[in-house]
Amino acid sequence: MPVIDYANPSRFVALADRVLPWLMGATLLAFALGIWSAYLAPDDYQQGATVKIMFIHVPAAWLGTFGWVLMSAAALGTLVWRHPLADVAAKAAAPIGAAFTLMCLVTGSLWGRPMWGTYWVWDARLTSVLVLFIMYLGVIALWRTIEEPARAAKVVAVLTLVGAINIPIIKFSVDWWNTLHQPASVLRLGGSTIHPTILLPLITALVAFTLLFLTLHLAAMRNEIMRRRVRTMLMMQADARA
Amino acid sequence: MDLGPHAAFIVTAYAAAIVIVAGLIVWVIADRRHLARALDELDAQGIARRSQGASKEKP
Repeated sequence: MPVIDYANPSRFVALADRVLPWLMGATLLAFALGIWSAYLAPDDYQQGATVKIMFIHVPAAWLGTFGWVLMSAAALGTLVWRHPLADVAAKAAAPIGAAFTLMCLVTGSLWGRPMWGTYWVWDARLTSVLVLFIMYLGVIALWRTIEEPARAAKVVAVLTLVGAINIPIIKFSVDWWNTLHQPASVLRLGGSTIHPTILLPLITALVAFTLLFLTLHLAAMRNEIMRRRVRTMLMMQADARA
Repeated sequence: MDLGPHAAFIVTAYAAAIVIVAGLIVWVIADRRHLARALDELDAQGIARRSQGASKEKP
């Protein structure tokens, strides 16, 4: 079957039904490995055991921004190619991206208090991630405010693409401005600055959380297609009664 | 496992992550059950989407 056929929502749901059990299994396996390797990881020579917060904070930060990048790609799909599943993907990603951004903010604050001496500081990195979280809430509110999904999709797509400006600001904020937050230490020119005994559990956690995001996103997309079916049937019911 | 003097921060961070992830999983499952129930009720009332109707008409 050509890939383009999966643009049909019914075929996509059938595909999701087949893929989801495998994705869930892979997620559970990755988490088992991630938790085990995080447990075995040594303390950092400066941060002590608080370095273990990194195994949840960094994946949450990655998925908070990944969610918005995914929504931006879907926004292009809605506005340029009018792909029937693009706005379904965007709508399903918003609450998941918001949840991971919240996790990033909470775990970052709890890591910051013992390391920096404060839960929060209004520096560029922390503030830009807070802005990302607020933008997620704005997008979720907009989806709920506009009843017609096709019209909501266009408005949300424009807002999402405008908000995408914040993604490079988040990434490079630690280079462009003086911040309490440390500069990039995983993805950087010249290689990672993290010792392999801590880097390996971190990469395992990144894989596990990314698989979790993809599983939840696929399941939420399937739900969104069902929601639109329910809406269509309710409208037909109302038409029949009129 | 000795988490040192900042154990409370580490445990709270992991607890927060578990609560948020569990919340997401519960939301997706509860949403699916609610929608499946609504679809079943509409099906039981004999309401079919156009695509369903068209597929039933085909030989």
